[in-house]
Amino acid sequence: MVDVPALLDVSELSVAFATPRGQVQAVGGVSFSLGRGEVLCLLGESGSGKSVTLRALLRLLPERRAGVSGRVVIAGENIYDLPARRVEDLRGKTISMVFQEPMLAFDPVYPIGRQIAEVITRHEGATRAEAEARALELLETVQIPSARQRLSAYPHEMSGGMRQRAMIALALACNPAILLADEPTTALDATVQMQVLLLLRRLQAQTGMSVILVTHDIGVAAEMADRVAVMYAGRIVEQGAATEVLTQPRHPYTRGLLASTVHAGWRGRRLEAIPGAPPDMITPPPGCAFATRCPERFDRCETQAPAQTSAGPGHSVRCFAREPKGD
Amino acid sequence: MSAAGTLPDVADLGGPAQPLLKVEGLSKHFPVKGAGLFQRKRVARAVDGVSFAIAKGETLGVVGESGCGKSTTARLLMRLIEPDAGEIVFDGEKVGATLGLRELRRRMQMVFQDSYASLNPRLTIADSLIFAPVVHGVARAQALALASELLEQVGLDPSIVLGRYPHELSGGQRQRINIARALALKPRLVILDEAVSALDKSVEAQVLNLLVDLKRRFDLTYMFISHDLNVVHYIADRTMVMYLGKVVEVGPVEALFAAPRHPYTRALLAARLSTDPQARTSAVALDGDPPNPIDPPSGCRFRTRCALAAEVCAAREPATIEVAPGHSVACHLHDPASGHREAQAHG
Amino acid sequence: MPRTRSAVRSPGHASQFARRLLADRVTLACLAILLIIALAAIFAGHLAPADPLKTSMAKRLKPIGTPGFWLGSDELGRDVLSRLIYGGRMSLLMGTWPVVNALIVGGTLGVVAGYAGGWINMAIMRTVDVFYAFPSVLLAVAISGALGSGMKNAIVALTVVFIPPLVRIAETAATQVRGLDYVEAARASGAGAATIIRVHVLPNVLGPIVVYASGLFSVSIILASGLSFLGLGVEPPQAEWGLMLNTLRQAIYVQPWVAILPGAMIFATSICFNLASDGLRAAMELRT
Repeated sequence: MVDVPALLDVSELSVAFATPRGQVQAVGGVSFSLGRGEVLCLLGESGSGKSVTLRALLRLLPERRAGVSGRVVIAGENIYDLPARRVEDLRGKTISMVFQEPMLAFDPVYPIGRQIAEVITRHEGATRAEAEARALELLETVQIPSARQRLSAYPHEMSGGMRQRAMIALALACNPAILLADEPTTALDATVQMQVLLLLRRLQAQTGMSVILVTHDIGVAAEMADRVAVMYAGRIVEQGAATEVLTQPRHPYTRGLLASTVHAGWRGRRLEAIPGAPPDMITPPPGCAFATRCPERFDRCETQAPAQTSAGPGHSVRCFAREPKGD
Repeated sequence: MSAAGTLPDVADLGGPAQPLLKVEGLSKHFPVKGAGLFQRKRVARAVDGVSFAIAKGETLGVVGESGCGKSTTARLLMRLIEPDAGEIVFDGEKVGATLGLRELRRRMQMVFQDSYASLNPRLTIADSLIFAPVVHGVARAQALALASELLEQVGLDPSIVLGRYPHELSGGQRQRINIARALALKPRLVILDEAVSALDKSVEAQVLNLLVDLKRRFDLTYMFISHDLNVVHYIADRTMVMYLGKVVEVGPVEALFAAPRHPYTRALLAARLSTDPQARTSAVALDGDPPNPIDPPSGCRFRTRCALAAEVCAAREPATIEVAPGHSVACHLHDPASGHREAQAHG
Repeated sequence: MPRTRSAVRSPGHASQFARRLLADRVTLACLAILLIIALAAIFAGHLAPADPLKTSMAKRLKPIGTPGFWLGSDELGRDVLSRLIYGGRMSLLMGTWPVVNALIVGGTLGVVAGYAGGWINMAIMRTVDVFYAFPSVLLAVAISGALGSGMKNAIVALTVVFIPPLVRIAETAATQVRGLDYVEAARASGAGAATIIRVHVLPNVLGPIVVYASGLFSVSIILASGLSFLGLGVEPPQAEWGLMLNTLRQAIYVQPWVAILPGAMIFATSICFNLASDGLRAAMELRT
């Protein structure tokens, strides 16, 4: 079987922040890869390190405060070995990002049409006219009504859903091979969220781009992902096909997370909540970070950190209780 | 609660048949700035003629998207904002007439969404918790004892938490404290305005369990406002759906979720994300964005996004029709007298 | 028996503030200098080597280092060192008193306007806007001129000049705090406006107001000196830095080093107030 080289390969990525209270180990040795046309979901709660991981992929973390180690290889080159100019070339053209809060991506004093055109001229050297024509095309692709008028609209004149679509248009302006999305629909209403997710799915199918989606919502992962990587306390605890991870989870945290999801089936009964709270990342526990809350823990879990082991084809787990010759 | 507090219990008047809260015609229009000197004054009709009732011991879920007015309604009930019109009756006593604001605040309390912004960052948890009882005449020492008890009721250790400041605690802990604070005055009705929405999913489950326990233990009634339909389906007895300042449907939660009558309720339910990767949602339930409360559509406010809209929908506002016991809808489709081409009789 | 004592008391905001302040060397140095100037002014009687008012036509405009006139003498033969020390009293008083007054009056008006909102807010803020329209120097001079010269009138003039910006700052801060959930929760608990302002609003707005006011000290000293320079503040033969700057003006070609001394004092004091106020602001920041 021919091994297709992955579009994005992350190995042993770690990020530590220097804070007044000490070093915070936000991400501790994360490894995953992204194939062509694949949608990968980084699923986790707040403090799991998923947003930091995403930003580390584009070298968006503040250089002074964030200590990054590990490799992030995009199309054969480690982004952390490249000079700043080459990184800027990559951003927006090969790999681009959609944020949770659309207002953050747009400059409030320029119309959105102009901002989208600017990205196109920067990366593809097109003329103003060509870039604006393309911007109009993009707005239509993301289904913004009255696209021609909207070209000269300012960000604050648009509703939340429309701004998010405009941000997607901005991200897609130069046909990137990889799209990163950080909780793109969390701030949106339910009906608008569905519209935007379906739009993303359609665009992904049309362009064949790869997507890494960060979310805390299992529903978003179920609707969008081909593969899911579950993160807890800065590590990936389970990784595999969405159909497997979300319906037959192997890691106790994933199980707990899915089990504690509220839905009507629980009506009248107590919810199975995971006891306790995530650990303080300034003094990360020596063993498995989930040990204190895990119903299946044994002594070894609190002193040693488990390694990644296989739980089936394309499915890996970081848990002593799941190792083939378990204790 | 034990004898540690000296706040007397609020007596029940009228018995179980009398609704704890009855709201009639509640309205609030906010003036919109920026209108020129000679332009017509524009108003945002945030809440427009809202009427509903909450029975004793029930949990009323309130759902709707941004701009629907559910949070404004909550603040109107608490009189944090003054209503422009409408009547609020608490256990038979009319607010403003027989029931003064101070007494109302003893009967009704609220938990807000943002757990951090709900606590004064300069006060210790102890000071934040004793503030309300002290205002109502409880001695400081007794208020502190009450605070300790409340913290234990919400699953926190007073010896650790009382001396802390909000920034030293997690979101889940802070929200438990906010719940404890709301209970300090021994209210009968607690309004939870997106109280679990900002919490992590695993913490959300813990806090929901806590809310159910507390309701049973202290014989509380809840108004649970949320945008998360799954949570509402889990915890509510009846559900009220709001759209652009109006109530579009109210009914028992199972009936409403199983057979929603209003097109908007149907769209909301269809917009829930699937949790099964093999059974993904394929079509959008509703196009467009929730419109602006500043210039709402004439007649039925939902008509601009409704697949079944007809001329009568633009001409007249729909009347509220009871389609089943305790289940009512505001839609021309269910009003045989409306003249809508597809109007059906209820039943 | 419920436990009411906290086993762990976390460091309060006061100690965090003190800790940060003590770690900030620049601010500490400035505060030390200001303390020295203040103490020198208070104990002027013991420190000043000569009588600041004693003139001597024979010993006019002596240079720095002359025995008996360590910092030289002015155009009327008075000891500049003694006049600088005594002058500190007037200058510091005229620099701090107006700000303190304005802080109390302006702060109160601003917090009330911010919390009350509505027409009360409009009434207060629009009145303040009228005063704000005038450049502060002109306003000070105009009021001072209208009231007549003299220290008391100068203090009144400066107080009036500083009230509008303090009202603005206080109103902005109070409006911001008023919209926060914890203030709404306090209102929801049935507390009255006065209690809410005292417990919830004031502690959270005092920070930015005081920091802004501390920045005004330096402005006040300069304005006060300016007024005296123009003959509207302290009257001769009183020692005051601004007045000294005026009278020594003519001597600038004869004894330049002596002539700039009062200016140097104004400059030094003003800078120290400025830097110290920056340090205060940094130390007061609420860490989330």
